[in-house]
Parts: sequence; C-alpha cells; structure tokens
Amino acid sequence: MDTVKLTSKVVPELYLEAEHISPDVFAGKSNQEIGDLSVHMGNQTYKISDYFTVEGKAGATAAETKIVVAGDVSKVKYIGMKMTAGEVEVLGNADMYVGAWMEGGKLLVKGSVDSFAGIAMKGGELIIEGDAKNYIGAAYRGDWRGMQGGKIVVKGNVGSDVGSNINGGTIDIGGNADVHLATHAEGGTIIVRGIAKGRVGGQMVKGDIYCLGGVERMMPSFKYDHTEEIELDGKKMNFQVYYGDLGERHGKKKGEIIYGKIYLTAAQPEGGEGATAVKSERKAKLSEKQLEQLATELKEMKEPSVQNVREYIKKTFGIDLKPMQVSRLIDSLSR
Amino acid sequence: MSEYIIKNGTVYDPKTEVKGEVKDICIKDGKIVDKVSSKAKSIDAKGKTVMAGAVEIHAHVAGPKVNEGRNYRPEDKLFTYQPGGKNTRMAGGFSIPTTFKTGYEYAKMGYTTVMEAAMPPLYARHVHEEIKDTPIIDEGAFPVFGNNWFVFEYLKNNEMDNVMAYISWLLKTTKGYAIKIVNPGGSEAWGWGENCTTIHDPVPYFDITPAEIMKGLLTANEKMGLPHSIHVHTNNLGNPGNYKDTLDTFKLAQGVKPNNKFGREQVFHHTHVQFHSYGGDSWANFESKAKEVMDYVNSNKNMTIDLGCVTLDETTTMTADGPFEHHLTTLNHLKWANVDVELETSSGIVPYIYDPKIKVCAIQWAIGLELALYSKDPMRTFITTDHPNAGPFTRYPRIFKWLMSDKSRQEMLKGFKNSDKVMAATTLGSLDREINFYELAQMTRAGPAKALGLTDMCGGLAPGMDADVVIYDINEGKIKDPEEIEKAFSAATHVFKAGTLVVDNGEIISNGNKRTFWVDAKVPTNTQVERDVQMKFLKYYSVNLNNYEVSDHYVANPYVIEVEN
Ligand SMILES: [Zn+2]
Repeated sequence: MDTVKLTSKVVPELYLEAEHISPDVFAGKSNQEIGDLSVHMGNQTYKISDYFTVEGKAGATAAETKIVVAGDVSKVKYIGMKMTAGEVEVLGNADMYVGAWMEGGKLLVKGSVDSFAGIAMKGGELIIEGDAKNYIGAAYRGDWRGMQGGKIVVKGNVGSDVGSNINGGTIDIGGNADVHLATHAEGGTIIVRGIAKGRVGGQMVKGDIYCLGGVERMMPSFKYDHTEEIELDGKKMNFQVYYGDLGERHGKKKGEIIYGKIYLTAAQPEGGEGATAVKSERKAKLSEKQLEQLATELKEMKEPSVQNVREYIKKTFGIDLKPMQVSRLIDSLSR
Repeated sequence: MSEYIIKNGTVYDPKTEVKGEVKDICIKDGKIVDKVSSKAKSIDAKGKTVMAGAVEIHAHVAGPKVNEGRNYRPEDKLFTYQPGGKNTRMAGGFSIPTTFKTGYEYAKMGYTTVMEAAMPPLYARHVHEEIKDTPIIDEGAFPVFGNNWFVFEYLKNNEMDNVMAYISWLLKTTKGYAIKIVNPGGSEAWGWGENCTTIHDPVPYFDITPAEIMKGLLTANEKMGLPHSIHVHTNNLGNPGNYKDTLDTFKLAQGVKPNNKFGREQVFHHTHVQFHSYGGDSWANFESKAKEVMDYVNSNKNMTIDLGCVTLDETTTMTADGPFEHHLTTLNHLKWANVDVELETSSGIVPYIYDPKIKVCAIQWAIGLELALYSKDPMRTFITTDHPNAGPFTRYPRIFKWLMSDKSRQEMLKGFKNSDKVMAATTLGSLDREINFYELAQMTRAGPAKALGLTDMCGGLAPGMDADVVIYDINEGKIKDPEEIEKAFSAATHVFKAGTLVVDNGEIISNGNKRTFWVDAKVPTNTQVERDVQMKFLKYYSVNLNNYEVSDHYVANPYVIEVEN
C-alpha cells in the first residue's frame, strides 16, 4: 500500500468542502494531479494544493492507497466521502460529513468530528477516537435510508439523532449518547457503553440498541418483555429486553411480530428501581461549596454560555444539569 | 426577426403528412413559411431527423404540490445540481426538478409546449408564478373541477347554464386552459375519510355520483366549445381490477359528438391509462388489461388517451387524488404529505420506488408500453409518464426506445427477477410491433396538439404555424443499436421555439420567449353565479375573493384563446 500525506498549510477562513480527499479519487494520480483537484469554500473553487502540501505517493487503485491527513483540518468537510476501499487517517479533528456515503475501506480520525459522519454508510469501517456530534450514521436530510452496512466506532460521546433511520450495520459508542438515538430505525445495531439520554428508538420498527449505562428516560412506547443472557465483547451479560416502538407498524416473520429492541443491562451501578433509574436529573443539585466554586469560575469566564458552564459542572462535579437549570444558575450567580 | 432554412433533413410531420421525406424547412418571423430569402441562415440537417417541437399533454411541473415535493424531498436533489452557465441558471432535482431545470430538460429533448395537468384554483397564483419561472417552453394549466362544490351543486340541480358560467369564470379567474377532473367526488369524499371507488359511489353530503360529475362537465365542455375536451383521471386509480371502472368511465362519452372550432375531434381525454388498466383482484393475481382497454379506445374515435408509462425509477407521486396517496403510503410506508384545498380538491404526495425486482412494478412497466403497441390510432394515443408519478419526463427518450425496439423490450422482460410471472401477467412479450418515427411524431406532436385544440398552432410544420422545429441526430433507416434512439432523443442538436434558436448543438443558448396559454370562454352574464361566488367566499373560503384571482401580472406573456359561444 502506498501513502499520500496531506498536510494542512492554512486554516480556511470559512469551511472547506473537500470531497476529493478519498482513496478512490487519489488512486492512480500523481501528486501534481492530486494537488490540482478542486476544493470549495463558499461559492469559490480552489485547489487542494492551495490548502495542503502533498507528499508521498498514491497507489494504483483505491485499495492500494492510504491517505494521511495532518495539520488542522477541523474546518474541512467531506473527508473520505463515498470512499469504497483503501485507508484514510486524520491525525487531528475533522468537520462534518467525514466518511459520508462510505462504502468500504477504513477511515480513522484520531481526534473528534462534527455532525453527519458516516451518513447513509453502506460498508467499511469508520473509527473516531474522540467525540462525534449529531446525525452520525443517520440518513441524509429527508431520506429514509440511513446507515445500511459497515461499522462506526466512536470512542467518546456522541450528540443527538445518531443512527436515525439506520437499517443495517453497527454503531459502537464508547461514551454517552444524546437524545433521539436510532429514531425510525429499521434494522442495524447500536451499542452505547455510557448513558443514553432519552427518546431512544422513537418510531423504531426493527433493530437492536444496547444501552450498557442505561437510558435516562425510556420512551413510554417501549415495553419490558423479558430478561435474556447475551454475549457482548466475549462476556455473557444479562439484559432486560424492551420491545417497541409500540406506536409504529411492525412486520411479521414466521407469524411472529418483529419489534425494535432495546437491551438494558440488568445490573445497574446506582441500584434503584430497574435499569432506567440512572441518577435522576430533577434531583441533581449543587452543594453550597460547589456553588461558591462555580461563582468564582463564572467571573473568570468572559461570556459564560450554558453549554460551557454545563460542561464545566459535569467535568468538575460529575453532575449533569439540565440546560434550563444551568441557565438559571448563571443568572442567579452572576447577579 | 431572422430567417432560417433547415436543409435536407428527413422530415416527419403528420400535420402535412410528410413521412420521412428529405425536405427543407423554412422559418421566418417566428413562423413556418414556404420559402425564405437568400439571407436566411442555413442549417445542414442531412442524415438527421426533423420534427415539430413536441407537445406535452399531461405533466405535473408547476404549483403547490410540485413545490411541496421539492420541499419535503431534499434527497431528490442530492448530487444533482448543475451550476448556472452563460444562458442558464443553477438547476437540480431528479423527479421534481427546479422550474429552471424543467424548462431546460424539456427543451433539450425537443419539447416546446407543456401542459401542467392539475391546478388547484385556490393556489393558481403559485402555479403561474412557477410557470413564469420555467424558461423556454409555452405552458398552460388545467384547473381541477371534479371535486368543486359549485360544480356539485349546479349539476345536482341540473343548472347547466350555471355550470358553464362558473367554468368560464374559473378559467378566467385562474387563467386556466381546460377542465381537469381527478378522482371525481373521491377527493371530496376524502374530507370525510372516504373515497368513491366506482363511478356510481355517491359523494357524501352532496349526493352526486362521479358518473354524473363527469357526464355533466363533458356536456358543458362541448356546449361551450372549449379548445380541449374534459381531461379525466377517473376513480379507483392504481387498484387491481380497476379496468372495469375505467371502461365504465369511457362509456360515459359513447356517441357524444365534438363541438368546437379548434379542429379537436375527441370529447373525452383519459390520462395515465396505465394506472387504470389493471386486472386481478389482489396484488397476487394482478395482471394487465391493456388489450381490453385499448379495444375500446380503438373502436371509439371520440376519445383520446395518454399512457402514464412506468420508467422503473425512484420518483415522487403527487396527485389531487388524496385518498390514493394515503393508500400508497400505507403500502410503502414512506413519507406522506396531504392537503385539503377548501371547496375544491384534496392532494397528496408520497415518494415511490418502481423497483424492477418487484413483480407488480415490472407488470406496470409492461402495461404502459402495451397500451401504445395495441393502439390502432397514434393520433389518439399520447406518450406520457404522468410526470413525476410513473417516472420523470426526462425518461421519455427511454420510452421511445422501448416502443421502437422489440429487442430492447425483450431484454428488459428477460432481465426481470420475476420474468416468468411478469410474462404470464402481460402480453408485451408477444407484441413485436415497433413504433416508427412517423407514429412517434403523431404520439408526441400532432396528436396531443390536436387534442388540445392547438393543431393550427403547434405540433406541426405547415406554413403559418409557430416555428417550433427540432433536429435530432439520428437516421431511422440506419439504427443498429436501440441505445442510439434513447441517446438521440435525449439531446436534440437544434431546437427552435417560435422561430428563436433555443438549443444549438445540444446547448441551451436562449431562454426564448415563453408564453402562457389560457382560455377565455365567453358566456352570457349570469348574476346567480356571480352572487353564489360572492356568497361562497363570504361563508366558506378562508381567503378574500380579491386575493383569489390570478391577475394579469402573474401571467408570463399571456396568450389568450378566445372562445365565442
Ligand atoms: Zn397526473
């Protein structure tokens, strides 16, 4: 396998759309030809060489081509779009649509990515070592065909609407998942190793969602059915199996109705009643001492945003407050 | 204006009965003429095919439901956008292209006149705004009358003069072209969650039947002498066994003679007959009844049809047949849009994938083609896809290929996953007829122009007619591979619209001077209808009468066809 190394020379003023950074496009091209490929910023067209140095050598086919992307590409979109073979390795963070419509090969991002990574993916492997934002492995806007095959691994946390319209393949999330996980799923597998926030599997008709850290609040349209021993990561674990979304149509196979299934680990770290009882956020409150510390911190933050303060509280005190609570705290403490 | 002479092309023109003769065509001041001066620009068409600009009799290309399709299907546009050029604007979309793409794509295929097949009167302004934004092609729009409260009440009371006065008023108010009827009564019944699945099902509350609605509007149309006949999409579209309802509908026109001054010979046009030619009583024994339907059409010269060919694409269905769209979304579980247009109609939209691997879709494909191949009169059988319902209009060249080449049909039939079942449910495999270029010109030019009452204006190459002329780089006698047909008809080398060269070497070079056709049908002053209109707007409509009319500035370059009674 031959390797082309792209190193970012300048951070684009706006966002760069670089769908040509893919082994399929690079294969068989000289470095000069690769440098001449187009990238877009706003309504302007530029060349890859305007933003990157091109070193190394592309292979004869996509399968024989690896692309390493170095430097700051946190404002570059569409890396590895539609790739069918070969490898792409992004050493830092990347922007939206990484591995979108991907069909094969391997795409590794060592940092974090923005939204829409791996949308409508059909095959291959997309690994994100950091966090990922919203709509990972989902469908394109308006479409009903989300991820259909392959594997997405996000080692950190993911945002909302991940796996929306998924109907095949696997999404493995190391951290927590925000709301609207697997909306309208018609197949596929999602594993959340942290906490799934809520509204999991809304309108789901088929597919499997494993929530190892529980679901903060289950949809009322999912119903506990049975407990089952299932092997995951080579370990046998007991899961409570929920069927849903009961408000949706469901197909039949050999006379039996097929449901979407949510698997919750039977043993919960916090105890409480059943799997859904992750620490209730309604009761979450900061102590006097914590409030004092937060007030000092707020003074140092120039323009404290709800999101930043919420992150700070989560990191420092291990308490996840609702945005509304955070907003009230900021108001009262800065007065 | 400039003069042109198109030299030595092989001309196919049913209007002048020219069947593939090598002939020069002269253009002067926007019209076809006998001869031009020596200053005329000469275009060499040797070895090429020359026809009049094609005429689209039924497509959904402008208005609220087309635009809602665009709105709610961003995925239809994905990866389709072309940037603007010197003479073109940015254009995109596949089954529901932007207005600009609609104009460009029709022109590139050699289509110069297009009829929007369903205009909800309440949203007529929107229809005309989009027509205005669709370049090159002349357009007209058919307001829907088949579920209109005025029509129901007047027909129920046998007040034919009032029906005619209302039709005249609505055509004028909406700048409409013809009387369109969609699922008569059924779209109104949908407001009660019901439908009319036969032509004798009474409409809830109004207690009138689809048969009475169609017969009444047909009578009014002929009494008024409108350029086009009533344009019908009958009840029970898309269901197994519906060919009986279709034949029942056809029989409503039996024996009625046309009355008009526009050279129109039919009193009844039925659209997208493919969707109405189904046998069997379930999807399991679903089969073609194209032969039965065409036997009737062939022996009744006072009617015309268009095909509604399935092109086996992913597309967007949209119709004023609201209950049908609901039925469809329960079949394919894809997203559904549904609208009630107060007092006038309903409407629905659902994306649809005509998958060749699915038996029913392959049978539908075969039925569309069978209808054309069973036709004994190409002047009364027109090629459409009911765009975008059975497929996008951009697939017309592919349909031409299938109709013109038995080989290409046989390859399709053999390639289907359920080949044996498809062959058993259809007769396409045994039809070796191949439509020739002259018949194609009848089915796409002279025929639809005549049915629309435009036979002296477009769809032909007689001196005095509009100079809508198309050159295709194909020679009927020298086709080796059917693919050449699709390629040549996809990209005309030259297209003239009313004497202006709009496509040159396959490129759009001008946006022409598009016109909007509408029909001003004069009737005696009718104070009762005037009062009824005022009352309905006061009592029921959510808009003011003054905000309803399509006033002149909405209409792009209007061309008014006046009808004296
Ligand atoms: Zn239609």
